[in-house]
Amino acid sequence: MTAEAISISGLVKTFGSFRALDGLDLHVAEGEVHGFLGPNGAGKTTTIRVLLGLLRSDAGEVRLLGGDPWTDAVALHARLAYVPGDVNLWPKLTGGEIIDLFGRLRGDLDEARRAELIDRFELDPTKKARTYSKGNRQKVALVAGLASRAELLVLDEPTSGLDPLMEAVFQDCIREVKAEGRTVLLSSHILAEVEALCDRVSIIRAGRTVQSGSLDEMRHLTRTSIDVLTEQSLDGVGDLPAVHNVEVDGNRARFDVDTDRLDETVRRLAELGVRSLVSRPPTLEELFLRHYGDELAGERAASGARSADGGSPEGGSADGGAPDASSAGGDDA
Amino acid sequence: MPELAGLGTLTRFLLRRDRVRSLVWVASLGLLVWVSAVSVEGLYPTQADLDAAAAASRDNAAAIAFNGPDQGLDTLGGQVAFQVSSFGLIVTALMGIFMVGRETRGEEEDGRLELVRSLPVGRHATTAAVLLVVAGMSVAVGVVVTLGVLTIGLPTAGCLALGAGFTAVGLVFAAVTLVAAQVTENTRVAYGIGGAVLGASFVLRAAGDVGDGTLSWLSPIGWAQKLRPFAGERWWPLVLPLVATVALVALAVVLAARRDVGAGLVPPRPGPARIADGWARPLGLALRLQRGSVVWWSLGLLLMGVAYGSVAQDVEDFVGDNEAVQDMIARAGGVSLTDAYLGTSLLMLALVGSGFTVAAVLRLRSEETNLRAEPILATRVSRPRWVASHLVVAVVGSAVVMVAGGFGLGLSYGLASDDLGQVGRLVGASLPWVPAMWLLAAVALLLFGAVPRATGVAWAVLAGCFVVGLLAEALKLPAAVRDLSPFEHIPELPAASLSVLPIAVVSAVAAAVAVAGFVAFGRRDVG
Repeated sequence: MTAEAISISGLVKTFGSFRALDGLDLHVAEGEVHGFLGPNGAGKTTTIRVLLGLLRSDAGEVRLLGGDPWTDAVALHARLAYVPGDVNLWPKLTGGEIIDLFGRLRGDLDEARRAELIDRFELDPTKKARTYSKGNRQKVALVAGLASRAELLVLDEPTSGLDPLMEAVFQDCIREVKAEGRTVLLSSHILAEVEALCDRVSIIRAGRTVQSGSLDEMRHLTRTSIDVLTEQSLDGVGDLPAVHNVEVDGNRARFDVDTDRLDETVRRLAELGVRSLVSRPPTLEELFLRHYGDELAGERAASGARSADGGSPEGGSADGGAPDASSAGGDDA
Repeated sequence: MPELAGLGTLTRFLLRRDRVRSLVWVASLGLLVWVSAVSVEGLYPTQADLDAAAAASRDNAAAIAFNGPDQGLDTLGGQVAFQVSSFGLIVTALMGIFMVGRETRGEEEDGRLELVRSLPVGRHATTAAVLLVVAGMSVAVGVVVTLGVLTIGLPTAGCLALGAGFTAVGLVFAAVTLVAAQVTENTRVAYGIGGAVLGASFVLRAAGDVGDGTLSWLSPIGWAQKLRPFAGERWWPLVLPLVATVALVALAVVLAARRDVGAGLVPPRPGPARIADGWARPLGLALRLQRGSVVWWSLGLLLMGVAYGSVAQDVEDFVGDNEAVQDMIARAGGVSLTDAYLGTSLLMLALVGSGFTVAAVLRLRSEETNLRAEPILATRVSRPRWVASHLVVAVVGSAVVMVAGGFGLGLSYGLASDDLGQVGRLVGASLPWVPAMWLLAAVALLLFGAVPRATGVAWAVLAGCFVVGLLAEALKLPAAVRDLSPFEHIPELPAASLSVLPIAVVSAVAAAVAVAGFVAFGRRDVG
């Protein structure tokens, strides 16, 4: 067993009466790419903020690169690079200036890598941040984070807003980082991305870890969606084992199948003469909705609407001054 | 009209969103005027008191420059209007500027307008809704002001004229800001343009009222006072603000049609691909983010100082052989009236300049809520270092802004009196005020560290200092309340002599409060 880059046990974080993290566990080994999964509001960003020493934990044990993220924040930050999911840039600075700024503040800007990444992500560094689209703002944050030599990358939904080409570039970059033996914590709810990159995965829901392990270990959780057109009628497909949510229309059918039984199912379909077959692994979001949809709906209703408008005359707390406005633990507000 | 589709819904939505904010503005303005009126009534119980007050004000160019023209000063209503209208009208103008700025360009800059405009609403419906609401607030201010002065039994016509002036000023500055919001992409710049027009209005009015009154006709604040409340009301000047409002709104509509959502009239240009060395550190970043603010505030205070200085020479001329005033000078220990006026001017400059100080510190909070602090604090930059970067800008910037004001005051008074030695003398006299500004910075920092959701209280504290500084006499505030304002403890140079102890005490308190702010921020959650 290699040393742990991140070790969290029983982490609790509350905002007022709201329990954003409720006994969360997370263990990331050095040198691995670790997927950190969960639906919106599960507590991913809150966990990352605790790791960055921005939030103080209420209970539990948190170790980051062998140190305490709250008391050793500055020393630890010199060894990590962070890419936020919600990227807000200073409107008057250019993308190139912002990349340099973060590189200098971290103290480990890799010049060659910076140039290469700007090229690969097709970013125009001379544009003012005000004029960037969401995807381009995300690219600025990505280039700033990836152009570092940090031993740990903390990425919070880093590809939201990226087009498929750029998503592919991102995945290449993460593989290179991994080949260099560096550690990556990748928060995401895009299962395909996680499957492509991650050695191990932790899935959280409502502030608790519900599953943790290698992807192979977790295959049983996933189902694959099948859209099939056959020569013969598909009427009997609903009786197959491990098949769910079936919609049949003569020779055409849509259904989900447990991924570990996929082989068996495809064989049976082949007997009917496959003319077209599309299979798609469900996104984690779909998976969670399927498994926990009812529970989640109930919780959301219970947590209720919390509006945050202080209503002071000008210059007071800026809009939505409450911490939950920023996709911290309370995404469901 | 398709251009205004959805106006009703948008207006209701805006009222819902801003119900507390608009109520605070209207209620505090109503309260301010009512309390002032009641205390003026108590201050001058007899006609003889009013006559004396009128005589003293009439010959005091400083009072005229700060408050308004000499009209009906020997009546209770005239005194009330004289004491409250200048300050009250400025606050009403600020209401129009801030409300329109945040709800038009602010919404657009934050990307929310785009969402609304994708709905089946007319091109001008959102703007029209904002105008309706702010116009409604202006009318409400007029009503509460009118009712407030009616309660102390003043003549109805005068009460109506006073209230109408408040409404008119609110409308004009709402329209001014609407135009500004079309020209710039940046909400802060829109506020700045509105503030600059307000500053110019105040200066024109002051110069006009001290002179022959002509220049006052160029000022929206002057228009309100030209209604002559309690001094033989005349109503036709109301046409001026109404025409100005309609013309400005029409201009805004034309400008809005020429630009895209999210854009200004000035297209963005590309910038450098690499950062210059000096900016790539926390202090550099803070300086870069705030340098525009430092420059504009300095320029604003410079102009304000020039305006005050330009009438300083007249103060002596006004004295002439007026016995009451000579008595006053004698009581003050032989201080020259000009020096007393210059001291008060510096107090005004310090109070206005503190607006920069508070805004500069609260930049920390807006950086935090806009999620721009988080990635900075995820680097090697410690929390104290990040806070210090903006605090340094606020501390040094306050001195720069204040010295700019003192320089403007000295320059124009020096030119008028053929004595450029006044420049150095008044720059020196402006420095003792800086520690009082620092104390406000420290209070804002403590709020940011300890109760980040209540940072708006820092503005309330500044407003309190304004009330103490400008209305303490009129409101008959007890000494204990006055002493709460740090500005009360600073010797009003050049009239007073320099005493170091109070300045040192204010500085020490500021340092202690600031340290508490650092400690509090170090302990709390960020975000």
